[in-house]
Amino acid sequence: MSADQFVQYFISGLTMGSIYAIVGLGFTIIYAVTRIINFAQGEFVMLGGMLSFYLIKSAGIPLAPALILSVLITVVIGAIMYLLAIRTARHASVVSLIIITIGAAVFFRGIAGEIFPWGVDIVRPPYFTGSQSIAFLGAYVHPQAFWIIGTTVVVMILLHLFLTYTMVGKALKACAISPVSASMVGINPRTMALIAFTLAAALGGISGVVMAPLTLMSYSSGFMLGLKGFVAASIGGFKSPVATVIGGFTLGIVESLAVGIDWGPFTSAYKDVIAMTVLLLILLIRSGRLAEEERMS
Amino acid sequence: MLERVKRKWYYSVIVSLLVLLIVIPFDWFPGHYTTIMVLIGINTMVTVGLCLLLGYTGQVSLGHAAFYGIGAYFSAVLSKTYHLNPWLAMLIAAIATGAFAYVIGYPIFRLKGNYLAVATLALGVIVYILFGKLAPGGPDGIAGIPNLSIGGFAFDTWFKRYFLVWGFCLVVLLISQNIVNSRSGRALRAIHGSEAAAESIGINVDRFKVKIFVLSCVYASLAGSLLAHSMAHISPSSFDPMVSVIVVVMAVMGGLASIWGAVFGAGIVVMLKHELLLGFGELEIIIYGLILMLVMIFMPEGLFVWLKSSYVKLKELYIRWRLGQIRRGAET
Repeated sequence: MSADQFVQYFISGLTMGSIYAIVGLGFTIIYAVTRIINFAQGEFVMLGGMLSFYLIKSAGIPLAPALILSVLITVVIGAIMYLLAIRTARHASVVSLIIITIGAAVFFRGIAGEIFPWGVDIVRPPYFTGSQSIAFLGAYVHPQAFWIIGTTVVVMILLHLFLTYTMVGKALKACAISPVSASMVGINPRTMALIAFTLAAALGGISGVVMAPLTLMSYSSGFMLGLKGFVAASIGGFKSPVATVIGGFTLGIVESLAVGIDWGPFTSAYKDVIAMTVLLLILLIRSGRLAEEERMS
Repeated sequence: MLERVKRKWYYSVIVSLLVLLIVIPFDWFPGHYTTIMVLIGINTMVTVGLCLLLGYTGQVSLGHAAFYGIGAYFSAVLSKTYHLNPWLAMLIAAIATGAFAYVIGYPIFRLKGNYLAVATLALGVIVYILFGKLAPGGPDGIAGIPNLSIGGFAFDTWFKRYFLVWGFCLVVLLISQNIVNSRSGRALRAIHGSEAAAESIGINVDRFKVKIFVLSCVYASLAGSLLAHSMAHISPSSFDPMVSVIVVVMAVMGGLASIWGAVFGAGIVVMLKHELLLGFGELEIIIYGLILMLVMIFMPEGLFVWLKSSYVKLKELYIRWRLGQIRRGAET
């Protein structure tokens, strides 16, 4: 692999990595606050992308408002999902909650395959700013890639400011540390759970909206994106947002470079296998500590 | 009194099951119902395995399609490419799947709850992708898999396969029923209740989990082999991660901790998939999603078990009312 190729793969890894990072942040926030793994997280990404295509192409809304509207709709869907499916099953066991969020994921996927006029086809919403690749350090970078990386950075900074400097953000953090102590000082854990789901849906929607023009989107894209985001979150140990972001970038770059290396007949499609193997290895290496955590919660 | 009501429920379920099983294969129904019954039998075997794991032991597996597929692929490749006797192929498939499950069982069951669910899901995805890349036939799969046969008697029609599959299925159901009612079954339920408590009364938790996992994977493998030899054609898409979710739907419909419920769950889902929702596109998975959410929210013990307990409750109310009526009659 030449230096130019390396830069090329590195940047495409960075692009995908930032998507995984945002999706992973969604997992982390929900898990920290509610101890639920939201298997429908990837579907929020898919919904964001599909809605933006629908609003721009079929409803004819201009780009910027369409993007904002798609994120808002995704947020509402996330909130409704929490209120109807998660809150009603409050005393459910871990196994029940896993099955419920899987049910939600399958449901969203089915709805997306059913209600949009293009059915199960793959769609590509328009690029935000043209498609003229920009030369950068010997590599050619698509402008949409800059949008993706830029949006991720902005979202992360905003999220950090929100968690550190606002009252609601601090309450979320308190709830993540201990729901019981948090409720003793007047924080309602159920409201915090609703906020966590809303935030996660927003993160998913935003990443879906910015990534869809470059990576394309179909009703079934959510599953794999969700799993990759989960890998990012598990590299970060489901604890700190910063670690999750680093996890996302690591996964994106590892995947991209691994595809760049010539594996003979095995190349490209092994990207997903690599990501899943990384996930299994991380989980197994950490199994002792994870078991401890589950017992604590 | 209630014991008798419960027993009556079981008898009526088993009797209606037997009636259905005997009536359907004959051409009293349109012929293709026999095919559907074969599929129900095969799916029941996978579901029973998942019920043992999910319902009785409380351990999630979202990768059961992988083991189902490994069984099918082993059977297909050994009997078609290497011309092995299909029965031998089936046996080797079951042993190989069991060994694989045993090897990955110990590390993977050090994980619990959420993480176990994700790990099994990841395993299912890896195996699914490898089917398409490494297994012979690639994404198109393998066609022309030979039928099973005994001596000169080949199971070459759906009518004959029906008896073969349901024979296997009933054996699997009875074995599972026995396990659940035995010492091991109580150990499994103890693990479900509390692992720490189970450990403290001398149950080797890890070993039991791995054992039941291996058994459940062997069921899936046998089902996969039967599928391969009945359909004569398999492809990776029959074992994609969505199939694992559908198996969970069947288990949830049947009542997670109910052996006979698995027949009910598999029956309803297969009917939905191959009969009612055929040609309705994605409506199928919308319904699966709704089933998963609604059943787990409102009847976490599963639909079939919920029906049973509602029946028992209604019957109890009726008996109370009758008793009161008799008492009043005696007073006047």
